[in-house]
Amino acid sequence: MKFAVVVFPGSNCDHDAYHAAKHVFGQECEFVWHKDTSLGGADVVILPGGFSYGDYLRTGAIARFSPIMTAVREFAEAGKPVIGICNGFQILMECGLLPGAMLRNRDVQFHCEHVNIRVEQTDTPFTRRAATGQVLRVPIAHGEGNFYAAPEVIAALEDQRRVIFRYVTPHGEVVDAANPNGSVHNIAGICNEGRNVVGLMPHPERAVELVTGSADGRVMFESVIQNGF
Amino acid sequence: MKARVFVTLKPSVFDPQGRTVLEALHSLGHAKVGDVRQGKYFELDLNVESAAEGEALANEVSRAVLANPVIESFRLELAPEAKADRS
Repeated sequence: MKFAVVVFPGSNCDHDAYHAAKHVFGQECEFVWHKDTSLGGADVVILPGGFSYGDYLRTGAIARFSPIMTAVREFAEAGKPVIGICNGFQILMECGLLPGAMLRNRDVQFHCEHVNIRVEQTDTPFTRRAATGQVLRVPIAHGEGNFYAAPEVIAALEDQRRVIFRYVTPHGEVVDAANPNGSVHNIAGICNEGRNVVGLMPHPERAVELVTGSADGRVMFESVIQNGF
Repeated sequence: MKARVFVTLKPSVFDPQGRTVLEALHSLGHAKVGDVRQGKYFELDLNVESAAEGEALANEVSRAVLANPVIESFRLELAPEAKADRS
């Protein structure tokens, strides 16, 4: 399995994603510069976290115009697995591959902490090895992770089972106190209609070795690797 | 010509920054301030041949880049000359 990690100016979780895919899971992995136009024959694409183009205008607003995004769009439209983590999720929304947008966290604070997310659906390339209702303890690090979409869009996401992760208590309860940023319906991650494009604010790639406090993110890599996309 | 672009969150969208500023104003004693909505303001200098071209260009960059239509709306003000801004 070959991973491609797209590197934008300001990406800062690109090496975390590379380390996870290459060293922890022993897969082929290459960085792809945002000015490239080819994904180099990758089987999986990761849009990593960070602050692409400095987030000066809006998170992900400029990155979506990067040359590589044409190839990412074609890759996604071909049904191949794409995951956007944190800023990568924001870029996927800005370019329209996923619906919605991020507002400032409701308390306007940057949150850097471990949270609990519940796996809502397992029919995506990144959750197939997880169990429905499984709670993952994974880190977040963002100031703008307050997921918003118009009410009819939220209704469609729920109806189509496209909410993939929700912020919950350690016991899996969806309560406001477990919501770190104010996201509507405690949404932490969603997928596209084809279910091959997944975006989430938490960082599974930073939770693949116990030395960093949790290895609960491993199941997402195992899902995409062992299902042989 | 110059274009001024005002980007604001749609009325239906919660504005955490505006709310925080409102709370700060209240804590400073400005109890009569009822609400605050925070937005962004851009001044564009446009090298165009006509007002129509300028308006089209300002609309295009606002729609495609400066504002995110999922959460924001924008309003344009077009000024043929920048003289007033230098006073």
